Amino acid sequence: MAAIPLPDHSHALEHVEAPATTGLNHRKLLMWAFLGSDCLLFGSLITTYMIYRGKSITEPINPRHVFNIPYTSVSAFVLLMSSLAMVLALAAIQHGDVRRMRIWLCATAFLGMVFLGGQFYEFTTFATVHHLTIQGNIFGTTFYILTGFHGTHVTVGVIWLLSLVAGSFQGRIKQKNSLDVEIAGLYWHFVDIVWIIIFTLVYLVPAI
Amino acid sequence: MAAISPAQVAQPAARTEVPPGYQEGWWSWITTVDAKRIGILYGVSAFIFFIIAGIEAEIMRVQLFQPGMKVVSADLFNQLFTMHGTAMVFLVIMPMGAAFFNFIVPLMIGARDVAFPRLNAWSYWVFLAGGLLLHMSFIFGGAPNVGWFGYANLTEKQFSAGHGVDFWLFGLQLLGFASLAAAFNFMITIINMRAPGMKMMRMPPFAWMTLFTTFLMILAFPVLTVALFELMFDRFVGTNFFETAAGSQPLLWVHLFWIFGHPEVYILILPAMGVISEIVTTFSHKPLFGYPVVVFSGMAIAFFGFGVWAHHMFSVGMGPIADAVFAIFTMIIAIPTGVKVFNWIATLWGGNVDFKSPLYFALGFISMFILGGLTGIMHAEPTPDLQQHGTYFVVAHFHYVLYGGSIFGLFAGFHYWFPKITGRMLNERLAKLTFWVMLIGFNITFMPMHWTGLLGMPRRVYTYSPNLGVTELNEMSTIGSFILAASILIFIYNFFVSLRHGEIAGDDPWDGSSLEWATSSPPPVYNFAVIPPVYSREAFWALKYPRDGHGNPSPVRQTWKPAPEEIPISIHMPRPSIWPPVVALGLFCVLSGFIASPVLTACGLVIMFTGIAAWAMEPAGGPPSYPPHPSRPGAAQDLPTPSAVPARK
Repeated sequence: MAAIPLPDHSHALEHVEAPATTGLNHRKLLMWAFLGSDCLLFGSLITTYMIYRGKSITEPINPRHVFNIPYTSVSAFVLLMSSLAMVLALAAIQHGDVRRMRIWLCATAFLGMVFLGGQFYEFTTFATVHHLTIQGNIFGTTFYILTGFHGTHVTVGVIWLLSLVAGSFQGRIKQKNSLDVEIAGLYWHFVDIVWIIIFTLVYLVPAI
Repeated sequence: MAAISPAQVAQPAARTEVPPGYQEGWWSWITTVDAKRIGILYGVSAFIFFIIAGIEAEIMRVQLFQPGMKVVSADLFNQLFTMHGTAMVFLVIMPMGAAFFNFIVPLMIGARDVAFPRLNAWSYWVFLAGGLLLHMSFIFGGAPNVGWFGYANLTEKQFSAGHGVDFWLFGLQLLGFASLAAAFNFMITIINMRAPGMKMMRMPPFAWMTLFTTFLMILAFPVLTVALFELMFDRFVGTNFFETAAGSQPLLWVHLFWIFGHPEVYILILPAMGVISEIVTTFSHKPLFGYPVVVFSGMAIAFFGFGVWAHHMFSVGMGPIADAVFAIFTMIIAIPTGVKVFNWIATLWGGNVDFKSPLYFALGFISMFILGGLTGIMHAEPTPDLQQHGTYFVVAHFHYVLYGGSIFGLFAGFHYWFPKITGRMLNERLAKLTFWVMLIGFNITFMPMHWTGLLGMPRRVYTYSPNLGVTELNEMSTIGSFILAASILIFIYNFFVSLRHGEIAGDDPWDGSSLEWATSSPPPVYNFAVIPPVYSREAFWALKYPRDGHGNPSPVRQTWKPAPEEIPISIHMPRPSIWPPVVALGLFCVLSGFIASPVLTACGLVIMFTGIAAWAMEPAGGPPSYPPHPSRPGAAQDLPTPSAVPARK
């Protein structure tokens, strides 16, 4: 092979991207675009719920008799606090403190799992005590599917956060790629905001 | 690959130091993340689906040739029109657009690839999985027979007990995921990967229309996703979204579907409009007339496209106020559409027009789309629409806009960009023959349908009464459809003959205005050795016809070449990856398992999550052995370079 002066590839594994036109990172823009489309997803589910509110023919159940507002308020607060933990995790890694980031990421995931556990308990109570099932009537259908989609989003978020924690043990999360944590944070905050909306429209409004 | 004449090279013919076997062999196609190859995959797949859906149409036309024919049963006819519609929308027009987005848009904006190459590959494989799943229904119990829009509650288990609807449902979910991922990718590519100097208002119009299409996709597809999930839960879990006995309303499906479905038709037409803007510019050798207005019209069409969905529902009884509001917005959308047409005409007016085959198809688009648009205005008014709805008048309308519009536009784009993609020219005589036979066949097929519809023949019927008086009209449509099919055969012949024996195209056979023409045909894997500088709109014309001190463009076309010292010593391209197809396979198994067996779903989940984890761990950018390196001319090498690269003036 002829002697062609090969460039220095010692930095080859560092992925150097061409400067972005807007200055924003591609993956950050991707997350914002994804969240935009997710708004339409939840919007359609919420619309379905709202259109069908009060329309159950079979086994009509009054939401006011089923919902335990104080209980759900606590779990909503838990989720809000998880967003706070997420912010602290991001602040930690932006200052280069991997250990503290790990702690706060675990806290975020833990609070998320508490929220999910709370939902699980809440739904089993609805099903056993109030006979609110997914097949029973439209209220059950629309309620469980809406909150179920949200819960799935939370679950995916928890898995993502825990994989970030696992990655940090392998040294994959450092101050200079704090963007990875920031993007997870955007997703997490979005999921939290969606819950605020669902909580308001589904739980609080009928209780007025 | 086709030989490139050195005299025609605009980019220095870089000798690429390609590792042995790079981009060779079928495995390189499976693992490719090169947007150009993915574009070719989309294009070939879309064309195969076009043939299948076309055959379905031909069978229907034979069945409808005369009253009382027994070529197919009523149920098989229902399967045929369902599959024809679903395939043409999701498996032909959209992926053909995706083929051009992939191949051409990065070149046009001066980028080397898209923002997320592996996600790009994933989109293709999931699309293919969706198309296959949909068509597998023919083998496993029958294709869906509920129309491409699958209205509830016909689609509920009690009324559609077989698996046809399930194949439709899961096939469409896969196609939705593929489309969403592709939309995100292209949105971010166009926003964030433009060459220096390529401001938004300097982008070629095709790039703009692609951008608007991606916005439509990311906002419309989630609504379809939700509707399909709701149907899936009804069929598999026993929920009550569309179960009237529980108090639900099938109308919910209709609204959700059309909130998706109307933006979908703008997704189908905007890329074709972008192609037309490119072609009229190039072949009149004049800048696009009213470029900002054309851009803003595209934006207006996309925006208002979300406000008109219920014009598909004028006959459900929404009441006069809802009807009026949707009617008015529908008529408003005609305005930006008309504006574009006038701008295209004004571009051609006074230009030194080159009547080549891409322009023939573009002119075909303009004229046929106008006809389809006029019947669209007729539908926009709810009162006459009550008569027209559900008849062949609607079939005529949407075939004029979707075939006369989108398909003609895509053929125009194909004839325009074939030289860039393959390095050879299509045979002009055969191309023009394709056009004329297609135009004639198309009009003989679909023009009579306006009368057929107004005389009262409903849509989606496998036969009709001889007393209706539409027999001769149906005969004409059927004969026309065979002429149309003949034009496709001419096209296929032209394609293969030109691929082998076509005249070598060179970099820039049409004297194009945009950057894709500033590199070789086909382009090297890294698109450009040196990203061309962008000083204005019609960026490549600005380089070929540089302006003197008084602002006058050079009357003589110059060859633009970057200076040899600007060629980078190496360009790293993303490495090929097996994980996108693996994740796609996993997802395919997950959804197919709902029909076949939970074991398949479980295996699919394992494959999918393993693939996702491997994808996340895989280093982007790749190890040093992969990237092709354009060498600096003059560097010691033992292979001969093409004739010396002249210094830049």
